[in-house]
Amino acid sequence: MPALQCVADPQVTAPLVEIRDVNFAYDNRPILKGINMSIPKGKLVAIMGLSGCGKTTILRHIGGVLKPTGGSVKVDGQVMHELDHHGLYAMRRKMGMLFQFGALFTDMTVFDNVAFQMREHTDLPEEVIRDLVMMKLHAVGLRGTHNLMPAELSGGMARRVALARTIALDPMLIMYDEPFAGLDPISLTVVGELIRKLNDALGATSIVVTHDVQESLKIVDYVYFVADGAIIAEGTADDIRASGEAFVKQFVHGEMDGPIPFHYPGGDYRQDLGVHV
Amino acid sequence: MPITKTLRAIGSRSVNAVWRIGYASRFFVMTLFYSGPSFKRFRLIVKEMFSSGVMSLIIILVAGMFVGMVLGLQGFETLKRYGSESALGSLVALSLVRELGPVLAALLFASRAGSAMTAEIGLMKATEQISAMEMMAVNPIARVVAPRFWAGVISMPLLAALFSAMGVFGGYVVGVVLIGVDEGSFWSQMQASVDFQHDVLNGVIKSFVFGLAVTAIALFEGYDAPPTAEGVSGATTRTVVQSSLAILMLDFILTAFMFRGD
Repeated sequence: MPALQCVADPQVTAPLVEIRDVNFAYDNRPILKGINMSIPKGKLVAIMGLSGCGKTTILRHIGGVLKPTGGSVKVDGQVMHELDHHGLYAMRRKMGMLFQFGALFTDMTVFDNVAFQMREHTDLPEEVIRDLVMMKLHAVGLRGTHNLMPAELSGGMARRVALARTIALDPMLIMYDEPFAGLDPISLTVVGELIRKLNDALGATSIVVTHDVQESLKIVDYVYFVADGAIIAEGTADDIRASGEAFVKQFVHGEMDGPIPFHYPGGDYRQDLGVHV
Repeated sequence: MPITKTLRAIGSRSVNAVWRIGYASRFFVMTLFYSGPSFKRFRLIVKEMFSSGVMSLIIILVAGMFVGMVLGLQGFETLKRYGSESALGSLVALSLVRELGPVLAALLFASRAGSAMTAEIGLMKATEQISAMEMMAVNPIARVVAPRFWAGVISMPLLAALFSAMGVFGGYVVGVVLIGVDEGSFWSQMQASVDFQHDVLNGVIKSFVFGLAVTAIALFEGYDAPPTAEGVSGATTRTVVQSSLAILMLDFILTAFMFRGD
């Protein structure tokens, strides 16, 4: 693995998430192969790679949705796959996750979506919940939408409401699964800026799973590159931009051909066309 | 070898079927286990009763009315041959309360509310709402499934009762108002022949059991649906087919136990 310089030195800040030699397979098909990551408290870290390379699977391990077939995932000192149901739910209360398309509850208003966790996990009076929800919505610039239904929001707005819901209980760890997918340039910048600002303002730790290179390199502290279930490169945004590693170079600069070939492997072209020479 | 292949396919299907029955049973037990929090927050059940029960009212009332009217017409034609037109009230009421009310209301409930439940939960799964709930440390079986389950179980007997009441009214309109059967004998024969425990209560038990079966099937199919458009549509179809067959099968079993020796 080409070692890139690690500026966000894990020794300086204690890691909130530690992934050690994690392997995972679906029906004997390996998805993750010896993943090692250390995500320090307060940092914003991106996990990048092609679709289907195992990025979201890493997030699911951190959230305790999947159990590794080998290795361990520690969050705040707790090994996730060793926790029982109550321990897991207690840990998840300290986490927030933004899903790819927001995953807002379609039968609830924007207000009720953001208030959902407060009502489920706290005994706060309705007046306090109202103030908190308004503050969260104000933080993402959508206080005026509190009476709308999710179907009335644009894709970018839905993502911001989902972000407000994610930070409803001020989580210590926020995970983002493809937060930039399908957004217009303005929404893209807004969501990117919000992810950075909210991380710093809440003193949280954030993990962004994405394949949007340009937007994420603007906001993150550190990047892990995943390809075919393994980490092939890591470093700061500048390290990644300057990387000479062929896959990283192709990915960052969006080159058409490289280690990931343009043509999907197939048979002989002439034979497929029925040309006999 | 074709025989080996066939045997393998049969074996695989059998194993899958047993696995699915086990998974469905576990799902049902989990739903019962997590029902406590639903009753503590009864407003969740009431909200779902509105969706599955109140929203099914129109179809139930209209269908009940027409079934009663048809019973009135057919019953009168048959009873007239034996000079027993006055027993029309008994015929309409007993047919509805014992059999047609619970069964037809349950079939309509499965088509209207059951399919909606499956589609809703299937789409919640496909759009990651269920996953989001789990990541928020909220158990989706306690928050989404259990309230819908009890809403269906409570709504079903009420809908069946309304179906029967509307059917009796339909029979009255056709028999008494349109054909001219004596009103006094229509109601008095009905009152004399319908026994509360034997007929009404058994009808309520039937509709309760049907409600349980339909709602459990609908919720399981939704929760187990593959998170794709094709998966949700397939699950919705399975809900209607399986519920309908379950209702008719359970009806036979319950009738055999309830009305034997009559």
